[in-house]
Amino acid sequence: MLKLYDSELASRLLLGTARYPSPAVLTDAVRAARAEVVTVSLRREGAADRSGQGFWSIIRGLGVRVLPNTAGCHTVKEAVTTAHMAREVFGTPWVKLEVIGEDDTLQPDVFGLTEAARILCAEGFEVFPYTTEDLVVAERLLAAGCRVLMPWGSPIGSGRGLNNLFGLTALRAHFPDVPLVIDAGLGVPSHAAQAMELGFDAVLINTAVAQATDPVTMAAAFAQAVEAGRAARLAGPIEPRDFAEPSTPVVGQAFLG
Amino acid sequence: MRILVNGVWRETVSAELAATLEELGYGGRIVSTAVNGEFVAADARSGCTLVNGDRVEVLAPMQGG
Repeated sequence: MLKLYDSELASRLLLGTARYPSPAVLTDAVRAARAEVVTVSLRREGAADRSGQGFWSIIRGLGVRVLPNTAGCHTVKEAVTTAHMAREVFGTPWVKLEVIGEDDTLQPDVFGLTEAARILCAEGFEVFPYTTEDLVVAERLLAAGCRVLMPWGSPIGSGRGLNNLFGLTALRAHFPDVPLVIDAGLGVPSHAAQAMELGFDAVLINTAVAQATDPVTMAAAFAQAVEAGRAARLAGPIEPRDFAEPSTPVVGQAFLG
Repeated sequence: MRILVNGVWRETVSAELAATLEELGYGGRIVSTAVNGEFVAADARSGCTLVNGDRVEVLAPMQGG
């Protein structure tokens, strides 16, 4: 079982809820992914607009846990205030903490991130920080009170997969007991399988499913990939070699030359 | 009174945030509020006095990644 703070989860695929072609497709995709956690957000709502109320009703009907994010926040104050507002609306201490530092890559501002994490953890939030693979930043986030880390695979929505295999492998090796969730940048199920094979505990997918031609089928494909990757990790993959090594025994081979 | 609600200037008559939300049509909604960048919890809206020029944010659940 995957343990995130005090919650035990059977599914290691977390799903975002944005950018689906319709609410019905979103609902079917969550079910196809067998996701138990979905990410949500807060945005302005006009008095004549009830879309947010309708969305929340759909999510509650799915019976899943919600992980509210602070997407779009660029400062510590924005992120902390958004977390407070999200806790009230969604009724959870969980928060996916995003403090964006650079708009082209949506790279986290790791200085603001660690400061916001320190404030929110002290206030009783259970913080899921969207971070990079930087080991020092990870140490600071854990020292701030985070018990889960969410390193990026590559920039949000880019679909580029795991950009820095060395850095991510080092992160996994350095923190063997910390739940690590690859968040952002995965494009196809093989990226998710690779993340799980490297030993990451879970993956969070949004755009790769929501913007697929058939989001529901893609959600199911990611679920299968996550399960396959996890099973492969537990099964103990072989180490890569530089040269061929015959798989068929050479002892007893006939001389037919 | 003239206040900025979700980035749009509105003319309102209520003096408190809770009454202002009712006046603007947000009654009964699941929303969270902030005034001038500070979170105002639901149970504090009645005691939150607004003045001319205040910036009010009214946020609702929305899709997110």
